[in-house]
Amino acid sequence: MISFEIPDKVRNAVTLMTMVGENMMRPVARYFDDHEHEVPWDYINMMHDANKQMGGGGFVPSTDKPKKAEGEAPKKEGPRVAYQRLAYSAEALSWGDAALYLCSPVGLLGAAAVAATGTPEQKQRFLARFAGDKPVLDGMALTEPHAGSAMPADVRTTAVRDGDSGVLNGEKIFVTGAHKALIDTQGFLVIWATIDASAGRAGVRPFVVEAGTPGCTVTKLEHKLGIRASDTGSVVLQDCRIPFDNILGSPEVEKKTTEGFKGAMATFDASRPMVAASAMGIARATLETLKELLAQNGVTLRTGIPRSRMTNIEREVADMEIQLRSTWLLILKSVWMMDEKKPNNLEASMGKMRAGDVVVRITQKAVELLGPLGYSREHLIEKWFRDAKVNDLYEGTGQINRLIIARRILGYGRRELA
Amino acid sequence: MFGFEPNEEQKMLVDSVQRYALNDLRAAAHDADEAGELPPALVKKGWELGVLQASIPEAYGGFGDRSAVTGVLAAEELGYGDLTAGLAVMAPAAYAIPILVAGTEEQKKSLLPPVVEGDWKPYVSAFVEPNLDFSAADMRTTAVRKNGSYVLNGVKTLVPHAANAAGLLVYAALDGKTQAFVVPPKSAGLKIGDREAWCGLNALPTHKLTLEGVTVPADARLGGDAGHDPQPLIAATQVAAAALAIGLAKAAYEYSLAYAKDRTVFGVPIAQKQSLAFMLAEMATDIEAIRLLVWEAAWLLDEGKDAAHAAQMAILGASDTAMMVTDRAVQLLGGHGYIREHPVERWMRNGRGVPNFPGMAMV
Ligand SMILES: Cc1cc2nc3c(=O)[nH]c(=O)nc-3n(C[C@H](O)[C@H](O)[C@H](O)COP(=O)(O)OP(=O)(O)OC[C@H]3O[C@@H](n4cnc5c(N)ncnc54)[C@H](O)[C@@H]3O)c2cc1C
Repeated sequence: MISFEIPDKVRNAVTLMTMVGENMMRPVARYFDDHEHEVPWDYINMMHDANKQMGGGGFVPSTDKPKKAEGEAPKKEGPRVAYQRLAYSAEALSWGDAALYLCSPVGLLGAAAVAATGTPEQKQRFLARFAGDKPVLDGMALTEPHAGSAMPADVRTTAVRDGDSGVLNGEKIFVTGAHKALIDTQGFLVIWATIDASAGRAGVRPFVVEAGTPGCTVTKLEHKLGIRASDTGSVVLQDCRIPFDNILGSPEVEKKTTEGFKGAMATFDASRPMVAASAMGIARATLETLKELLAQNGVTLRTGIPRSRMTNIEREVADMEIQLRSTWLLILKSVWMMDEKKPNNLEASMGKMRAGDVVVRITQKAVELLGPLGYSREHLIEKWFRDAKVNDLYEGTGQINRLIIARRILGYGRRELA
Repeated sequence: MFGFEPNEEQKMLVDSVQRYALNDLRAAAHDADEAGELPPALVKKGWELGVLQASIPEAYGGFGDRSAVTGVLAAEELGYGDLTAGLAVMAPAAYAIPILVAGTEEQKKSLLPPVVEGDWKPYVSAFVEPNLDFSAADMRTTAVRKNGSYVLNGVKTLVPHAANAAGLLVYAALDGKTQAFVVPPKSAGLKIGDREAWCGLNALPTHKLTLEGVTVPADARLGGDAGHDPQPLIAATQVAAAALAIGLAKAAYEYSLAYAKDRTVFGVPIAQKQSLAFMLAEMATDIEAIRLLVWEAAWLLDEGKDAAHAAQMAILGASDTAMMVTDRAVQLLGGHGYIREHPVERWMRNGRGVPNFPGMAMV
């Protein structure tokens, strides 16, 4: 069936997240942009309470959550909309403020990796903590100083088995939320490391490193163009010893399979649409504010006229609306596919690639069209322009997502198209 | 609830239209474009797929109910085969669907059966006007009331098969509001110009139509005295043109992708060069995203919701996509893309015309 009817469950989430965005995020967005590395505790605590009140489900879709205890009545089978709701929530919160959204203690990239690669027991153990007494944050560390795009094939952080533990050594950089996950809260990072550096992607596995683990240090916090409320940290692992059952997924870790690599890819299929949705939130906020500022300054936008009759500003806005809506529908399709358990690798990359392009274009244009108002720190437009760009960089740059799409549509592998 | 998959019935229809598009339309398109005409048997066969007939209820001679979503799925396949022939096959829909949507019961009963019963006949609509700032909501052709009749004046362009039209639906501004009128092709004051020549659409005969004091009775106005809301009709014709454009873009994308895998330069298939592979990635993504915009606009129409803005986005988006994709398809073929032996230059010519095509087809 082809339908564009927003399900009630999703609509309710949007209403709620929009309220949060309007009341808890927008008013402090500028402050936390000006005070890089200050922890937005009010937002974090509020989201934690809200999450607990909603059953502590957090942002990990129920289909991926640990099974109910035996004897509990099975839930009624309705249409699955968990990922759709998640995408809408990420969009609405990022409409509030994308940087604060990344500080949500509800299970983001680390949780996505656990959900995509963990055993039922591991999902139970790591995901339950988002509903605990205190807020916790998570993160996912793949990038290293020598390589980002080339991941996970070029991972140099090593993992060695020593009895009942795994021992990690190496350095990760650009880890979103590293400080909040490991220092500010009792959270965790999922660290991708190799059990055999010579095996390339086949040696890569995901490991959970919990806050307080000796040998794991946050060594640096980056100063960034945008999303400043979200900390971006370097993590050094020095003989960092973790329990054996913190190795996500198959216990047969020593076998050289592409299991770990596939896990990283499955994580991306789930997380790319969320990054794309977040980008769309920034883009929508920008477009709405652009229209408001134009109206306040006496610029009226007519609708329903052909391009040949439009002013330049009308045309720019019309084009932005087309880009925004079409890209949103593409992202929606990619999460609908997740909910329907259809492979969505191609669509996830398409949505991510296009969202990165569109948010960058819309925010850059908005600053331009608004002249000194756009460029001024009096409004959030210039901030959104700075926040936007990261969406074309993390979770696969625009180029890397083009590469993924191109390989898919051409039926090529790494050898044919590098 | 959201859904992105055609239902079983729609899939069957899409399959059969796609078979026709590839086996018949695609095969005939080059020669038709060169000769400047479509083989009548080709259009007849497309008509017999029954896309329009299935949109008209039994009471009016058809065998189904209208669904704009089903309509755009079928239109995309026609555009995928050959946009020019697709416009010919769909031309009667631009006459019949407005009557179905906006006509009085009497108009539907009397006007629809002759269109949908039997073979394809040139029942067409006169919508577009030959001024550069043509606007569907603000037409220069006028209708004025006079002694219980309407008098029409103005000029129309891109009217398919006007020279031998079986029926004409003419759009004109009545008190500043766009309204559609059923005009007998032999009316006094109606002049049919010479066949027009365009950058593309070579195989489709279109004409200018000059209306000089053409008088039609009161019941020629769709909806009778009360008239009708033109917006859903404008939206329905915009999404139809947009769907044809997406089909055309998909054809150009697939053709250039296959070529790029096959063509070897400097010892490797050109598709292995990122600069070309990335172009293809963007083409695929754009087509997919804008297609969903077209679907959403069609869905809004089916739900009886305001589709004006969505349909406008769909046609603007699809026009841009058609141009971007066909231009790149020519580029991917290099000099060979410029040669008429390959279809990509034709797709580029047809693709550039898309912003002008609303009015010529409807879903
Ligand atoms: C604010 C922020 C937060 C981040 N958060 C995280 C996080 O939480 N976890 C994490 O693991 N990482 C994170 N990253 C890292 C991010 O994913 C990488 O920066 C990104 O993958 C690019 O890697 P790189 O910086 O090493 O660039 P490089 O890989 O060196 O790329 C440089 C340029 O070359 C292009 N390029 C590379 N390879 C190809 C190719 N094969 N074909 C064509 N072009 C190519 C790239 O697109 C780019 O333009 C974050 C980054 C930032 C800025």
